[in-house]
Amino acid sequence: MISFENVNKRYGNGHQALSQINFDVKDAEMVFLTGHSGAGKSTLLKLVALIERCSQGKVYLKGKDLTKMSHRQIPAYRRHIGIIFQDPHLLNDRNVYDNIALPLIIAGVRHQEVARRVRAALDKVGLLNKERNYPKALSGGEKQRVGIARAVVNKPALILADEPTGNLDPDLSKEIMLLFEQFNSLGATVLIATHDLALIATMNHRILTLHQGRLLSSGVSTHEE
Amino acid sequence: MRNNPNTFTNSQADSTETPRGGLYYSAIILYFIRHLQACLSSLGNMSLTPFATILTVSVIGVSMALPAGLLVLLHNTEGLLNVWQDSTNISLFLKVDTTPEQAQQVLAKLQKMPTIAKTKYISPQQGLKQFQRSSGFSEALNALPKNPLPPVIEIQPIFSQQTQAQMQHLMMTIKQLPFVNEAQLDTQWVKRLYAIVDLVKRGIWALGVLLALGVILVVGNTIRLLTQNKRHEIKVLKLVGASNGFVRRPFLYSGMFYGIFGAIMAWFFVDIILLWLNRPITALAHLYQSTFGITGMQITSILMLLLLGGMLGFFGAYLAASKHIKAMNPV
Repeated sequence: MISFENVNKRYGNGHQALSQINFDVKDAEMVFLTGHSGAGKSTLLKLVALIERCSQGKVYLKGKDLTKMSHRQIPAYRRHIGIIFQDPHLLNDRNVYDNIALPLIIAGVRHQEVARRVRAALDKVGLLNKERNYPKALSGGEKQRVGIARAVVNKPALILADEPTGNLDPDLSKEIMLLFEQFNSLGATVLIATHDLALIATMNHRILTLHQGRLLSSGVSTHEE
Repeated sequence: MRNNPNTFTNSQADSTETPRGGLYYSAIILYFIRHLQACLSSLGNMSLTPFATILTVSVIGVSMALPAGLLVLLHNTEGLLNVWQDSTNISLFLKVDTTPEQAQQVLAKLQKMPTIAKTKYISPQQGLKQFQRSSGFSEALNALPKNPLPPVIEIQPIFSQQTQAQMQHLMMTIKQLPFVNEAQLDTQWVKRLYAIVDLVKRGIWALGVLLALGVILVVGNTIRLLTQNKRHEIKVLKLVGASNGFVRRPFLYSGMFYGIFGAIMAWFFVDIILLWLNRPITALAHLYQSTFGITGMQITSILMLLLLGGMLGFFGAYLAASKHIKAMNPV
């Protein structure tokens, strides 16, 4: 699914965020990305989401060279991946339903189908009774679940999550991680950046560790194939 | 988990069975839906901040009212000049002691000339009466021992068909007729006025271009602030796959609406000012025995103004929105 070849990322201010990154993520695999803050986790995810471009090397997604993708192709590309951040980035002037419907509206999905998919996504994250609420009326955990529902409503083959449990207590964090496991079991490839080592140790997935922009563990899979 | 995992699985299975064409709007319908959405959302956004919207629209209105109003006044002046030019006469003063019979001879000769449209004989007695009526010096004139006025023939040349050289030639010819003392052509001042009007017109156009530039900048700046205020929304939209064009569309509608509303306000300003000016102008014209009244903006001028406003607003918004939206990346 994802393949990094000798990827380097240096920001405009000279900060070397990633050095010589090589790894592969298989189709329908779930992988954790860990490391201290500033180790380059977010940068790595941004390279996959094409929010940032790598300075050197190649990033492939399903065999497609992302480094060669033009700016015009990026919006259509992003409609096929689901992105989740620590802050769910909801629009406060729209209710839960409209927030989740956003990617479908952009993709030009018919409104009957939008309603069906939004309800399915809401049901999946357990917020079916909150669709008319505004984000301000939601708890932190609920907001994050709305963010996840918005990311998966397009049924993306790849889900990227950057510290999705960063603001949540351990119970809620566990719940969110189980949610990602469910999407993974439905066939989605999931890449999650997190520093919650205690939590991911309880889950049986491959862990990639970044330290000062370098990959420590060579990405040997502990995942049962 | 408090939810049922099967629901999602089922819905996923369902949608893969449904043909793709049924799930998405066709391109043409989508085009109209997108524009309708952008149009409504821009109007909604403008109504959320009514004070700021009215302020921006007023600035545009004032900017557009100035050249539009001046052009309307100029248009009226030109109309007045045409009236004057049509009535440009040559006054042919005969010698004081010319008899009416001699004057008739001159008149006959003039009427044979092809470049003359009309002639009118004014005897010294008629001239005196006219002068008494219009000058208010009737007492003083009555005191004169004898009528000092010469007989006059007013000639209306076929003006529009003549060049200046032909006019000069006509003047030379009639001056050499017998019993003629002096011929006076009163077109010089009209020509000068025309030249001045031409100059003023250019000035107004230059002013118009500057103020049009001003409208673009005002709208551009407003849209720039709007993109800054909506920075978060723009980033989220881009994150979930919106193209720059999709994000930009409501801003373009906003710019266009600012321009059109500004043009409507300009039209309103101009008509108010003309209404205010009309009474003193007709009163003034009345003093000159004229029925001249100011004409307001024509329907074509109003449509042009609205079109221009919309275009300037759109252009200003396009410049600002393109630049700032392109620069904003998700998160």
